[in-house]
Amino acid sequence: MGNTWAIFKREMRAYFISPMAYALYVIFLLLSGYFFTVGISYYAHYSVMAMQAQQYGGLPPFTETVFRNLFGDVSIVLLLMVPLLTMRLFAEEKKMGTMELLLTYPIRDIEVVLGKFFAALAVIGLMLVLTFTYPLLAQYVAGDQMEYGVALSGYLGLFLEMAAFIAVGIFLSSTTENQIVAGVISFGALLLIWAVGWGEELVSGAIGKILAQLSLLNHFEDFSKGVIDTGHVAYYILFCVFFIFMTLRVLDSNKWRG
Amino acid sequence: MITVENLTKTYGQVRALDKVSFQVEEGEVLGFLGPNGAGKTTAMRIITGFMPPTKGRVTVGGLDVEKDNLAVRRLIGYLPENSPLYWDMDVQGYLHFVSEVKGVPRKDRARKVREVMEEVAVTDVRNRTVGKLSKGYKQRVGLAQALLNDPPVLILDEPTVGLDPKQIIEIRELIKSMAGKRTIILSTHILPEVSMVCQRVIIINKGQIAAVDTPGNLTERLQTSRQMEVIVRAPEKDLEQKLRALPGVKGIQISHHENGVLTVVVDSEKGKDLRPAVAQTLVGAGWELYGLRAIEMSLEEIFIQLVTEE
Ligand SMILES: Nc1ncnc2c1ncn2[C@@H]1O[C@H](COP(=O)(O)OP(=O)(O)OP(=O)(O)O)[C@@H](O)[C@H]1O
Ligand SMILES: [Mg+2]
Repeated sequence: MGNTWAIFKREMRAYFISPMAYALYVIFLLLSGYFFTVGISYYAHYSVMAMQAQQYGGLPPFTETVFRNLFGDVSIVLLLMVPLLTMRLFAEEKKMGTMELLLTYPIRDIEVVLGKFFAALAVIGLMLVLTFTYPLLAQYVAGDQMEYGVALSGYLGLFLEMAAFIAVGIFLSSTTENQIVAGVISFGALLLIWAVGWGEELVSGAIGKILAQLSLLNHFEDFSKGVIDTGHVAYYILFCVFFIFMTLRVLDSNKWRG
Repeated sequence: MITVENLTKTYGQVRALDKVSFQVEEGEVLGFLGPNGAGKTTAMRIITGFMPPTKGRVTVGGLDVEKDNLAVRRLIGYLPENSPLYWDMDVQGYLHFVSEVKGVPRKDRARKVREVMEEVAVTDVRNRTVGKLSKGYKQRVGLAQALLNDPPVLILDEPTVGLDPKQIIEIRELIKSMAGKRTIILSTHILPEVSMVCQRVIIINKGQIAAVDTPGNLTERLQTSRQMEVIVRAPEKDLEQKLRALPGVKGIQISHHENGVLTVVVDSEKGKDLRPAVAQTLVGAGWELYGLRAIEMSLEEIFIQLVTEE
Protein backbone atom coordinates (compact mmCIF):
# COMPACT_ATOMS: atom_id res chain seq x y z
CA MET A 1 0.00 0.00 0.00
CA GLY A 2 2.85 2.36 0.88
CA ASN A 3 4.39 1.59 -2.48
CA THR A 4 1.18 2.42 -4.33
CA TRP A 5 1.16 5.72 -2.51
CA ALA A 6 4.78 6.40 -3.49
CA ILE A 7 4.01 5.72 -7.16
CA PHE A 8 0.85 7.78 -6.91
CA LYS A 9 2.76 10.78 -5.54
CA ARG A 10 5.43 10.50 -8.20
CA GLU A 11 2.88 10.40 -11.01
CA MET A 12 0.95 13.32 -9.56
CA ARG A 13 4.15 15.34 -9.40
CA ALA A 14 4.93 14.38 -12.99
CA TYR A 15 1.48 15.55 -14.12
CA PHE A 16 1.76 18.89 -12.41
CA ILE A 17 5.41 19.55 -13.27
CA SER A 18 4.52 19.56 -16.94
CA PRO A 19 2.12 22.13 -18.41
CA MET A 20 -0.09 19.26 -19.61
CA ALA A 21 -2.34 19.02 -16.58
CA TYR A 22 -2.85 22.78 -16.41
CA ALA A 23 -3.66 23.00 -20.11
CA LEU A 24 -6.23 20.25 -19.75
CA TYR A 25 -7.81 21.93 -16.71
CA VAL A 26 -8.17 25.24 -18.49
CA ILE A 27 -9.64 23.73 -21.63
CA PHE A 28 -11.92 21.47 -19.65
CA LEU A 29 -13.30 24.28 -17.52
CA LEU A 30 -13.85 26.51 -20.55
CA LEU A 31 -15.71 23.81 -22.44
CA SER A 32 -17.78 22.51 -19.55
CA GLY A 33 -18.60 26.06 -18.47
CA TYR A 34 -19.77 26.81 -21.98
CA PHE A 35 -21.92 23.65 -22.12
CA PHE A 36 -23.44 24.47 -18.74
CA THR A 37 -24.31 28.02 -19.77
CA VAL A 38 -25.86 26.83 -23.03
CA GLY A 39 -27.82 24.14 -21.16
CA ILE A 40 -29.26 26.62 -18.67
CA SER A 41 -30.18 29.14 -21.37
CA TYR A 42 -31.78 26.46 -23.44
CA TYR A 43 -33.87 25.29 -20.50
CA ALA A 44 -34.95 28.85 -19.74
CA HIS A 45 -35.96 29.39 -23.33
CA TYR A 46 -37.82 26.09 -23.37
CA SER A 47 -39.71 26.82 -20.17
CA VAL A 48 -40.99 30.14 -21.52
CA MET A 49 -42.29 28.35 -24.59
CA ALA A 50 -43.85 25.64 -22.47
CA MET A 51 -45.68 28.17 -20.38
CA GLN A 52 -47.11 29.88 -23.45
CA ALA A 53 -48.34 26.70 -25.02
CA GLN A 54 -49.83 24.35 -22.45
CA GLN A 55 -50.04 21.46 -24.92
CA TYR A 56 -46.37 20.65 -24.25
CA GLY A 57 -47.63 18.92 -21.15
CA GLY A 58 -45.62 20.78 -18.56
CA LEU A 59 -41.93 21.15 -18.00
CA PRO A 60 -39.41 18.33 -17.93
CA PRO A 61 -37.51 18.16 -14.60
CA PHE A 62 -34.82 20.84 -14.44
CA THR A 63 -31.89 18.93 -12.94
CA GLU A 64 -32.32 15.87 -15.08
CA THR A 65 -32.55 17.89 -18.27
CA VAL A 66 -29.73 20.32 -17.67
CA PHE A 67 -27.26 17.98 -15.97
CA ARG A 68 -27.93 14.97 -18.12
CA ASN A 69 -26.93 16.95 -21.16
CA LEU A 70 -24.00 18.46 -19.33
CA PHE A 71 -22.69 15.10 -18.18
CA GLY A 72 -23.11 13.71 -21.67
CA ASP A 73 -21.06 16.55 -23.16
CA VAL A 74 -18.49 16.38 -20.40
CA SER A 75 -17.95 12.64 -20.95
CA ILE A 76 -17.14 13.32 -24.57
CA VAL A 77 -14.63 16.00 -23.63
CA LEU A 78 -13.05 13.66 -21.10
CA LEU A 79 -13.03 10.81 -23.57
CA LEU A 80 -10.71 13.00 -25.60
CA MET A 81 -8.63 14.00 -22.59
CA VAL A 82 -8.13 10.70 -20.79
CA PRO A 83 -5.83 9.25 -23.49
CA LEU A 84 -3.65 12.35 -23.17
CA LEU A 85 -3.26 11.62 -19.47
CA THR A 86 -2.79 7.88 -19.67
CA MET A 87 -0.65 7.52 -22.79
CA ARG A 88 2.61 8.30 -21.03
CA LEU A 89 2.05 6.16 -17.94
CA PHE A 90 3.87 3.06 -19.16
CA ALA A 91 5.00 3.98 -22.69
CA GLU A 92 7.30 6.69 -21.36
CA GLU A 93 8.86 4.42 -18.75
CA LYS A 94 9.54 1.81 -21.37
CA LYS A 95 11.09 4.28 -23.75
CA MET A 96 13.26 5.92 -21.09
CA GLY A 97 14.29 2.57 -19.64
CA THR A 98 13.09 3.56 -16.16
CA MET A 99 10.84 0.52 -16.30
CA GLU A 100 13.94 -1.61 -15.79
CA LEU A 101 14.61 0.06 -12.47
CA LEU A 102 10.99 0.21 -11.41
CA LEU A 103 10.52 -3.50 -12.00
CA THR A 104 13.68 -4.42 -10.11
CA TYR A 105 12.72 -2.47 -7.01
CA PRO A 106 11.11 -4.53 -4.25
CA ILE A 107 7.63 -3.52 -5.32
CA ARG A 108 4.80 -5.50 -6.87
CA ASP A 109 3.57 -4.85 -10.40
CA ILE A 110 0.04 -4.37 -9.08
CA GLU A 111 1.27 -1.58 -6.81
CA VAL A 112 2.84 0.15 -9.80
CA VAL A 113 -0.31 -0.17 -11.90
CA LEU A 114 -2.63 0.97 -9.11
CA GLY A 115 -0.42 3.94 -8.24
CA LYS A 116 -0.58 5.11 -11.84
CA PHE A 117 -4.29 4.35 -12.15
CA PHE A 118 -5.21 6.35 -9.09
CA ALA A 119 -2.98 9.25 -10.11
CA ALA A 120 -4.77 9.62 -13.45
CA LEU A 121 -8.09 9.18 -11.66
CA ALA A 122 -7.18 11.89 -9.17
CA VAL A 123 -6.36 14.34 -11.96
CA ILE A 124 -9.75 13.71 -13.57
CA GLY A 125 -11.51 13.60 -10.20
CA LEU A 126 -10.19 17.05 -9.40
CA MET A 127 -11.57 18.30 -12.70
CA LEU A 128 -14.98 17.00 -11.72
CA VAL A 129 -14.72 18.56 -8.27
CA LEU A 130 -14.06 21.92 -9.90
CA THR A 131 -17.36 21.61 -11.76
CA PHE A 132 -19.27 21.35 -8.46
CA THR A 133 -19.65 25.08 -8.93
CA TYR A 134 -22.24 24.39 -11.62
CA PRO A 135 -24.91 22.86 -9.35
CA LEU A 136 -24.36 25.78 -6.97
CA LEU A 137 -24.82 28.25 -9.80
CA ALA A 138 -27.84 26.30 -11.01
CA GLN A 139 -29.45 26.62 -7.63
CA TYR A 140 -28.93 30.34 -7.78
CA VAL A 141 -30.81 30.38 -11.09
CA ALA A 142 -33.41 27.68 -10.59
CA GLY A 143 -33.89 27.64 -6.81
CA ASP A 144 -35.68 24.55 -5.50
CA GLN A 145 -35.76 22.93 -8.89
CA MET A 146 -32.10 22.05 -8.40
CA GLU A 147 -32.04 18.51 -7.01
CA TYR A 148 -28.63 17.73 -5.56
CA GLY A 149 -29.33 14.03 -5.33
CA VAL A 150 -29.71 13.71 -9.09
CA ALA A 151 -26.56 15.75 -9.73
CA LEU A 152 -24.52 13.73 -7.26
CA SER A 153 -25.66 10.46 -8.72
CA GLY A 154 -24.64 11.81 -12.12
CA TYR A 155 -21.24 12.73 -10.76
CA LEU A 156 -20.78 9.25 -9.35
CA GLY A 157 -21.63 7.75 -12.73
CA LEU A 158 -19.24 10.12 -14.48
CA PHE A 159 -16.46 9.29 -12.06
CA LEU A 160 -16.93 5.55 -12.56
CA GLU A 161 -17.02 6.02 -16.30
CA MET A 162 -13.73 7.93 -16.15
CA ALA A 163 -12.18 5.15 -14.07
CA ALA A 164 -13.14 2.76 -16.85
CA PHE A 165 -11.66 5.06 -19.51
CA ILE A 166 -8.42 5.31 -17.53
CA ALA A 167 -8.17 1.55 -17.09
CA VAL A 168 -8.36 1.12 -20.86
CA GLY A 169 -5.81 3.90 -21.39
CA ILE A 170 -3.31 2.40 -18.95
CA PHE A 171 -3.68 -1.02 -20.48
CA LEU A 172 -2.95 0.30 -23.95
CA SER A 173 -0.06 2.41 -22.69
CA SER A 174 1.56 -0.76 -21.38
CA THR A 175 1.48 -2.36 -24.82
CA THR A 176 3.84 0.06 -26.57
CA GLU A 177 6.81 2.28 -25.90
CA ASN A 178 5.48 4.96 -28.20
CA GLN A 179 3.35 7.50 -26.33
CA ILE A 180 1.64 8.80 -29.44
CA VAL A 181 0.65 5.32 -30.52
CA ALA A 182 -0.64 4.62 -27.01
CA GLY A 183 -2.70 7.81 -27.13
CA VAL A 184 -4.16 7.19 -30.56
CA ILE A 185 -5.16 3.58 -29.95
CA SER A 186 -6.63 4.50 -26.56
CA PHE A 187 -8.70 7.16 -28.19
CA GLY A 188 -9.93 4.75 -30.86
CA ALA A 189 -10.69 2.02 -28.35
CA LEU A 190 -12.62 4.36 -26.05
CA LEU A 191 -14.73 5.67 -28.89
CA LEU A 192 -15.48 2.13 -29.94
CA ILE A 193 -16.41 0.92 -26.45
CA TRP A 194 -18.45 4.01 -25.94
CA ALA A 195 -20.36 3.78 -29.19
CA VAL A 196 -20.80 0.05 -29.33
CA GLY A 197 -24.31 0.39 -27.86
CA TRP A 198 -25.50 2.19 -30.97
CA GLY A 199 -25.60 -1.17 -32.69
CA GLU A 200 -28.35 -2.22 -30.31
CA GLU A 201 -31.14 -1.17 -32.66
CA LEU A 202 -29.45 -2.45 -35.77
CA VAL A 203 -28.37 -5.84 -34.52
CA SER A 204 -31.32 -7.85 -33.33
CA GLY A 205 -31.45 -10.54 -30.69
CA ALA A 206 -28.78 -11.64 -28.26
CA ILE A 207 -25.85 -9.91 -29.95
CA GLY A 208 -27.62 -6.58 -29.81
CA LYS A 209 -28.25 -7.12 -26.11
CA ILE A 210 -24.62 -7.98 -25.48
CA LEU A 211 -23.47 -4.93 -27.39
CA ALA A 212 -25.81 -2.78 -25.33
CA GLN A 213 -24.43 -4.30 -22.14
CA LEU A 214 -20.85 -3.65 -23.18
CA SER A 215 -21.44 -0.02 -23.94
CA LEU A 216 -20.11 2.33 -21.29
CA LEU A 217 -22.69 4.87 -22.38
CA ASN A 218 -25.72 2.71 -21.63
CA HIS A 219 -24.58 2.05 -18.08
CA PHE A 220 -24.20 5.74 -17.55
CA GLU A 221 -27.84 6.58 -18.42
CA ASP A 222 -29.42 5.63 -15.10
CA PHE A 223 -26.90 7.59 -13.05
CA SER A 224 -27.82 10.81 -14.82
CA LYS A 225 -31.48 10.18 -14.02
CA GLY A 226 -30.60 10.00 -10.34
CA VAL A 227 -30.78 6.22 -10.07
CA ILE A 228 -27.80 4.42 -8.52
CA ASP A 229 -28.06 0.80 -9.55
CA THR A 230 -25.52 -1.54 -7.93
CA GLY A 231 -25.47 -3.51 -11.16
CA HIS A 232 -24.12 -0.53 -13.04
CA VAL A 233 -21.62 0.25 -10.30
CA ALA A 234 -20.43 -3.36 -10.43
CA TYR A 235 -20.15 -3.16 -14.20
CA TYR A 236 -17.73 -0.25 -14.05
CA ILE A 237 -15.69 -1.77 -11.26
CA LEU A 238 -15.40 -5.10 -13.08
CA PHE A 239 -14.47 -3.24 -16.22
CA CYS A 240 -11.58 -1.54 -14.39
CA VAL A 241 -10.48 -4.76 -12.72
CA PHE A 242 -10.41 -6.51 -16.06
CA PHE A 243 -8.19 -3.94 -17.74
CA ILE A 244 -5.89 -3.65 -14.74
CA PHE A 245 -5.53 -7.39 -14.84
CA MET A 246 -4.74 -7.22 -18.55
CA THR A 247 -2.10 -4.59 -17.86
CA LEU A 248 -0.45 -6.90 -15.35
CA ARG A 249 -0.44 -9.66 -17.95
CA VAL A 250 1.29 -7.38 -20.43
CA LEU A 251 3.94 -6.35 -17.89
CA ASP A 252 4.56 -9.99 -17.15
CA SER A 253 4.87 -11.02 -20.78
CA ASN A 254 7.21 -8.10 -21.45
CA LYS A 255 9.54 -9.52 -18.87
CA TRP A 256 9.49 -12.83 -20.68
CA ARG A 257 10.30 -11.31 -24.00
CA GLY A 258 12.92 -8.99 -22.55
CA MET B 1 26.22 -15.32 -2.53
CA ILE B 2 25.30 -15.50 -6.21
CA THR B 3 25.17 -18.72 -8.17
CA VAL B 4 24.46 -18.86 -11.86
CA GLU B 5 23.82 -22.27 -13.36
CA ASN B 6 23.60 -23.05 -17.02
CA LEU B 7 22.14 -19.72 -17.92
CA THR B 8 20.84 -19.56 -21.47
CA LYS B 9 18.92 -16.69 -22.99
CA THR B 10 17.68 -16.44 -26.54
CA TYR B 11 15.98 -13.47 -28.13
CA GLY B 12 14.24 -15.01 -31.11
CA GLN B 13 17.16 -16.24 -33.20
CA VAL B 14 19.84 -14.45 -31.21
CA ARG B 15 21.51 -16.49 -28.50
CA ALA B 16 22.63 -13.83 -26.06
CA LEU B 17 23.80 -16.25 -23.35
CA ASP B 18 24.79 -19.85 -23.81
CA LYS B 19 25.07 -22.15 -20.78
CA VAL B 20 26.84 -19.67 -18.56
CA SER B 21 27.69 -20.86 -15.04
CA PHE B 22 29.66 -19.12 -12.30
CA GLN B 23 29.55 -18.24 -8.64
CA VAL B 24 30.30 -15.13 -6.69
CA GLU B 25 31.37 -15.40 -3.08
CA GLU B 26 30.11 -13.07 -0.41
CA GLY B 27 32.08 -9.84 -0.35
CA GLU B 28 33.70 -10.49 -3.69
CA VAL B 29 34.00 -7.96 -6.50
CA LEU B 30 33.57 -9.66 -9.85
CA GLY B 31 34.20 -8.01 -13.19
CA PHE B 32 32.33 -8.81 -16.39
CA LEU B 33 34.46 -8.17 -19.38
CA GLY B 34 33.46 -8.63 -22.98
CA PRO B 35 33.08 -6.92 -26.32
CA ASN B 36 29.83 -5.21 -27.34
CA GLY B 37 26.97 -7.64 -27.60
CA ALA B 38 28.74 -10.28 -25.53
CA GLY B 39 25.77 -10.72 -23.22
CA LYS B 40 26.88 -8.80 -20.12
CA THR B 41 23.77 -6.70 -19.81
CA THR B 42 21.60 -9.72 -20.50
CA ALA B 43 23.23 -11.68 -17.68
CA MET B 44 22.77 -8.76 -15.29
CA ARG B 45 19.12 -8.33 -16.20
CA ILE B 46 18.50 -11.97 -15.41
CA ILE B 47 20.36 -11.84 -12.10
CA THR B 48 18.37 -8.79 -11.01
CA GLY B 49 15.11 -10.55 -11.87
CA PHE B 50 14.16 -8.03 -14.54
CA MET B 51 13.69 -10.87 -16.98
CA PRO B 52 13.73 -14.63 -16.71
CA PRO B 53 16.27 -16.80 -18.50
CA THR B 54 15.28 -19.13 -21.31
CA LYS B 55 17.00 -21.90 -19.39
CA GLY B 56 19.03 -22.13 -16.23
CA ARG B 57 18.82 -20.92 -12.67
CA VAL B 58 20.09 -18.03 -10.62
CA THR B 59 20.14 -17.78 -6.84
CA VAL B 60 21.05 -14.73 -4.81
CA GLY B 61 21.70 -15.17 -1.10
CA GLY B 62 20.28 -18.69 -1.38
CA LEU B 63 17.00 -17.44 -2.86
CA ASP B 64 15.84 -18.42 -6.32
CA VAL B 65 15.49 -15.32 -8.48
CA GLU B 66 12.42 -16.57 -10.29
CA LYS B 67 10.55 -18.04 -7.32
CA ASP B 68 11.46 -15.52 -4.64
CA ASN B 69 11.65 -12.61 -6.99
CA LEU B 70 10.48 -9.96 -4.56
CA ALA B 71 12.79 -11.13 -1.76
CA VAL B 72 15.77 -11.17 -4.11
CA ARG B 73 15.02 -7.65 -5.30
CA ARG B 74 15.31 -6.48 -1.70
CA LEU B 75 18.91 -7.73 -1.65
CA ILE B 76 20.02 -6.06 -4.85
CA GLY B 77 21.02 -2.56 -5.79
CA TYR B 78 21.03 -2.25 -9.57
CA LEU B 79 22.50 0.33 -11.89
CA PRO B 80 21.26 -0.46 -15.40
CA GLU B 81 23.15 0.47 -18.54
CA ASN B 82 22.88 4.22 -19.34
CA SER B 83 21.37 4.84 -15.88
CA PRO B 84 17.73 5.43 -16.77
CA LEU B 85 16.18 7.94 -14.36
CA TYR B 86 13.05 10.06 -14.08
CA TRP B 87 14.19 13.13 -15.93
CA ASP B 88 11.38 15.33 -14.72
CA MET B 89 12.25 15.06 -11.02
CA ASP B 90 14.87 16.90 -9.00
CA VAL B 91 17.75 14.84 -7.62
CA GLN B 92 16.66 14.89 -4.02
CA GLY B 93 13.01 14.25 -4.85
CA TYR B 94 13.99 11.36 -7.05
CA LEU B 95 16.19 9.73 -4.43
CA HIS B 96 13.46 10.25 -1.87
CA PHE B 97 11.02 8.44 -4.13
CA VAL B 98 13.46 5.57 -4.57
CA SER B 99 13.98 5.33 -0.83
CA GLU B 100 10.21 4.96 -0.47
CA VAL B 101 9.79 2.17 -3.00
CA LYS B 102 12.89 0.45 -1.68
CA GLY B 103 11.25 0.33 1.71
CA VAL B 104 13.61 2.57 3.69
CA PRO B 105 11.70 3.33 6.93
CA ARG B 106 10.12 6.78 6.87
CA LYS B 107 12.21 8.18 9.72
CA ASP B 108 15.49 7.17 8.06
CA ARG B 109 14.70 8.40 4.56
CA ALA B 110 15.98 11.96 4.79
CA ARG B 111 19.21 10.82 6.43
CA LYS B 112 19.78 7.97 3.98
CA VAL B 113 19.21 10.21 0.99
CA ARG B 114 21.63 12.76 2.41
CA GLU B 115 24.30 10.14 3.08
CA VAL B 116 24.06 8.59 -0.34
CA MET B 117 24.20 12.02 -2.01
CA GLU B 118 27.41 12.72 -0.10
CA GLU B 119 28.82 9.37 -1.08
CA VAL B 120 28.54 9.98 -4.83
CA ALA B 121 29.06 13.74 -4.58
CA VAL B 122 25.76 15.06 -5.89
CA THR B 123 24.83 17.13 -2.84
CA ASP B 124 25.54 20.40 -4.64
CA VAL B 125 23.10 19.59 -7.45
CA ARG B 126 20.38 18.14 -5.23
CA ASN B 127 17.77 20.68 -6.30
CA ARG B 128 18.48 20.44 -10.02
CA THR B 129 16.26 18.55 -12.44
CA VAL B 130 17.74 15.15 -13.22
CA GLY B 131 17.18 15.47 -16.98
CA LYS B 132 19.22 18.67 -17.08
CA LEU B 133 22.29 17.22 -15.36
CA SER B 134 25.39 16.34 -17.33
CA LYS B 135 25.91 12.70 -18.25
CA GLY B 136 28.40 12.07 -15.47
CA TYR B 137 26.10 13.53 -12.83
CA LYS B 138 23.23 11.42 -14.11
CA GLN B 139 25.50 8.42 -13.74
CA ARG B 140 26.23 9.40 -10.16
CA VAL B 141 22.55 9.76 -9.37
CA GLY B 142 22.06 6.31 -10.88
CA LEU B 143 24.72 4.98 -8.58
CA ALA B 144 23.12 6.75 -5.64
CA GLN B 145 19.77 5.06 -6.21
CA ALA B 146 21.49 1.68 -6.40
CA LEU B 147 23.13 2.26 -3.01
CA LEU B 148 20.02 3.54 -1.31
CA ASN B 149 18.77 0.65 0.77
CA ASP B 150 22.28 -0.58 1.67
CA PRO B 151 21.87 -3.67 -0.48
CA PRO B 152 24.24 -6.58 0.23
CA VAL B 153 24.51 -7.18 -3.53
CA LEU B 154 25.33 -4.56 -6.14
CA ILE B 155 24.94 -5.11 -9.86
CA LEU B 156 26.52 -2.27 -11.79
CA ASP B 157 26.33 -2.17 -15.58
CA GLU B 158 29.22 0.02 -16.73
CA PRO B 159 29.31 2.20 -13.62
CA THR B 160 32.09 4.54 -14.69
CA VAL B 161 30.84 5.37 -18.18
CA GLY B 162 30.72 9.09 -18.77
CA LEU B 163 32.53 10.12 -15.60
CA ASP B 164 35.49 12.45 -15.51
CA PRO B 165 38.89 10.98 -14.54
CA LYS B 166 38.74 12.31 -10.99
CA GLN B 167 35.27 10.93 -10.47
CA ILE B 168 36.24 7.60 -12.04
CA ILE B 169 38.96 7.25 -9.44
CA GLU B 170 36.54 8.21 -6.67
CA ILE B 171 33.91 5.73 -7.80
CA ARG B 172 36.52 3.00 -8.10
CA GLU B 173 37.69 3.80 -4.58
CA LEU B 174 34.09 3.69 -3.44
CA ILE B 175 33.59 0.27 -5.01
CA LYS B 176 36.86 -0.99 -3.59
CA SER B 177 35.93 0.27 -0.14
CA MET B 178 32.73 -1.75 -0.33
CA ALA B 179 34.58 -4.95 -1.18
CA GLY B 180 34.25 -7.42 1.64
CA LYS B 181 31.04 -5.81 2.86
CA ARG B 182 29.09 -6.15 -0.34
CA THR B 183 29.02 -8.60 -3.17
CA ILE B 184 29.49 -6.71 -6.39
CA ILE B 185 29.26 -7.58 -10.06
CA LEU B 186 30.29 -4.85 -12.44
CA SER B 187 30.68 -4.77 -16.18
CA THR B 188 33.14 -2.56 -17.97
CA HIS B 189 35.03 -1.99 -21.17
CA ILE B 190 37.94 -0.44 -19.36
CA LEU B 191 40.45 -3.19 -18.71
CA PRO B 192 42.72 -1.49 -16.17
CA GLU B 193 39.57 -0.85 -14.16
CA VAL B 194 39.12 -4.57 -13.77
CA SER B 195 42.62 -5.16 -12.48
CA MET B 196 42.24 -2.21 -10.13
CA VAL B 197 38.85 -3.01 -8.67
CA CYS B 198 37.97 -6.65 -9.18
CA GLN B 199 39.20 -9.73 -7.40
CA ARG B 200 38.04 -11.94 -10.23
CA VAL B 201 37.25 -11.44 -13.89
CA ILE B 202 34.89 -13.26 -16.17
CA ILE B 203 35.57 -12.70 -19.82
CA ILE B 204 32.40 -13.25 -21.83
CA ASN B 205 32.38 -13.54 -25.57
CA LYS B 206 29.38 -14.30 -27.76
CA GLY B 207 27.35 -15.44 -24.80
CA GLN B 208 29.93 -17.85 -23.48
CA ILE B 209 32.52 -17.64 -20.76
CA ALA B 210 35.96 -17.40 -22.35
CA ALA B 211 37.94 -17.24 -19.11
CA VAL B 212 37.50 -16.85 -15.36
CA ASP B 213 40.34 -15.96 -13.02
CA THR B 214 42.00 -13.23 -11.02
CA PRO B 215 43.34 -10.45 -13.23
CA GLY B 216 46.92 -11.42 -12.22
CA ASN B 217 46.49 -15.10 -12.97
CA LEU B 218 44.87 -14.37 -16.29
CA THR B 219 47.86 -12.35 -17.35
CA GLU B 220 50.20 -15.05 -16.12
CA ARG B 221 48.36 -18.00 -17.53
CA LEU B 222 47.72 -16.67 -20.98
CA GLN B 223 51.15 -15.34 -21.59
CA THR B 224 52.67 -17.66 -24.16
CA SER B 225 56.08 -16.07 -24.17
CA ARG B 226 58.13 -13.43 -22.44
CA GLN B 227 59.25 -10.39 -24.23
CA MET B 228 61.87 -7.75 -23.59
CA GLU B 229 62.81 -4.58 -25.31
CA VAL B 230 66.45 -3.71 -25.86
CA ILE B 231 67.81 -0.38 -27.03
CA VAL B 232 71.39 -0.63 -28.20
CA ARG B 233 73.89 0.87 -30.68
CA ALA B 234 75.16 -2.03 -32.72
CA PRO B 235 75.53 -3.29 -36.26
CA GLU B 236 72.28 -4.96 -37.20
CA LYS B 237 73.63 -8.23 -38.59
CA ASP B 238 76.05 -8.92 -35.74
CA LEU B 239 73.46 -8.12 -33.15
CA GLU B 240 70.94 -10.53 -34.59
CA GLN B 241 73.50 -13.28 -34.83
CA LYS B 242 74.72 -12.86 -31.27
CA LEU B 243 71.25 -12.75 -29.74
CA ARG B 244 69.94 -15.72 -31.67
CA ALA B 245 72.89 -17.72 -30.42
CA LEU B 246 71.71 -17.29 -26.82
CA PRO B 247 69.90 -20.34 -25.42
CA GLY B 248 66.18 -19.68 -24.79
CA VAL B 249 65.73 -16.94 -27.39
CA LYS B 250 62.80 -17.70 -29.68
CA GLY B 251 62.77 -14.73 -31.94
CA ILE B 252 64.08 -11.25 -32.61
CA GLN B 253 62.41 -8.26 -34.16
CA ILE B 254 64.06 -4.99 -34.92
CA SER B 255 61.29 -2.49 -34.45
CA HIS B 256 63.06 0.85 -34.70
CA HIS B 257 66.17 2.23 -36.25
CA GLU B 258 67.56 5.71 -35.59
CA ASN B 259 71.13 6.97 -36.12
CA GLY B 260 72.49 3.51 -35.62
CA VAL B 261 70.56 2.97 -32.38
CA LEU B 262 68.32 -0.08 -32.65
CA THR B 263 65.23 -0.95 -30.69
CA VAL B 264 64.88 -4.71 -30.60
CA VAL B 265 62.10 -6.92 -29.21
CA VAL B 266 63.40 -10.28 -28.01
CA ASP B 267 61.00 -13.19 -27.54
CA SER B 268 62.05 -15.83 -25.07
CA GLU B 269 60.57 -18.96 -23.59
CA LYS B 270 57.97 -18.67 -20.89
CA GLY B 271 59.33 -18.71 -17.37
CA LYS B 272 62.87 -17.75 -18.32
CA ASP B 273 64.24 -14.31 -17.65
CA LEU B 274 67.01 -13.69 -20.16
CA ARG B 275 67.68 -10.11 -19.20
CA PRO B 276 71.05 -10.70 -17.44
CA ALA B 277 72.32 -12.93 -20.26
CA VAL B 278 71.31 -10.44 -22.93
CA ALA B 279 72.90 -7.55 -21.08
CA GLN B 280 76.13 -9.44 -20.63
CA THR B 281 76.28 -10.39 -24.29
CA LEU B 282 75.72 -6.85 -25.51
CA VAL B 283 78.12 -5.19 -23.11
CA GLY B 284 80.66 -7.95 -23.72
CA ALA B 285 80.59 -7.16 -27.43
CA GLY B 286 81.42 -3.55 -26.60
CA TRP B 287 78.10 -2.07 -27.78
CA GLU B 288 76.44 0.88 -26.11
CA LEU B 289 73.41 -0.33 -24.17
CA TYR B 290 70.75 2.36 -23.65
CA GLY B 291 67.86 0.39 -22.29
CA LEU B 292 66.59 -3.04 -21.37
CA ARG B 293 63.15 -3.80 -20.01
CA ALA B 294 60.65 -6.65 -19.79
CA ILE B 295 57.38 -6.14 -21.69
CA GLU B 296 54.37 -7.24 -19.66
CA MET B 297 51.49 -8.56 -21.67
CA SER B 298 48.60 -6.30 -20.75
CA LEU B 299 45.07 -7.36 -19.98
CA GLU B 300 44.10 -5.61 -23.19
CA GLU B 301 46.23 -7.95 -25.24
CA ILE B 302 44.94 -10.98 -23.42
CA PHE B 303 41.43 -9.79 -23.94
CA ILE B 304 41.97 -9.26 -27.63
CA GLN B 305 43.63 -12.63 -27.86
CA LEU B 306 40.72 -14.34 -26.16
CA VAL B 307 37.93 -12.72 -28.06
CA THR B 308 39.53 -12.88 -31.47
CA GLU B 309 40.44 -16.53 -31.34
CA GLU B 310 38.84 -18.81 -33.95
N1 LIG C 1 15.69 -6.90 -26.05
C1 LIG C 1 16.47 -7.55 -26.94
N2 LIG C 1 15.90 -8.09 -28.03
C2 LIG C 1 16.65 -8.75 -28.94
N3 LIG C 1 17.97 -8.95 -28.84
C3 LIG C 1 18.60 -8.43 -27.78
C4 LIG C 1 17.89 -7.71 -26.77
N4 LIG C 1 18.76 -7.31 -25.83
C5 LIG C 1 19.97 -7.76 -26.22
N5 LIG C 1 19.88 -8.44 -27.39
C6 LIG C 1 21.00 -9.10 -28.10
O1 LIG C 1 21.66 -9.96 -27.19
C7 LIG C 1 23.06 -9.89 -27.37
C8 LIG C 1 23.73 -9.53 -26.06
O2 LIG C 1 23.41 -8.21 -25.72
P1 LIG C 1 23.85 -7.50 -24.38
O3 LIG C 1 23.12 -6.20 -24.30
O4 LIG C 1 23.67 -8.44 -23.24
O5 LIG C 1 25.39 -7.25 -24.64
P2 LIG C 1 26.46 -6.48 -23.74
O6 LIG C 1 27.52 -7.44 -23.44
O7 LIG C 1 25.81 -5.80 -22.61
O8 LIG C 1 27.00 -5.41 -24.79
P3 LIG C 1 27.52 -3.89 -24.55
O9 LIG C 1 28.95 -3.99 -24.16
O10 LIG C 1 27.37 -3.27 -25.90
O11 LIG C 1 26.65 -3.27 -23.52
C9 LIG C 1 23.29 -8.89 -28.48
O12 LIG C 1 23.51 -9.62 -29.67
C10 LIG C 1 22.02 -8.10 -28.56
O13 LIG C 1 21.78 -7.68 -29.86
MG1 LIG D 1 25.62 -3.89 -22.03
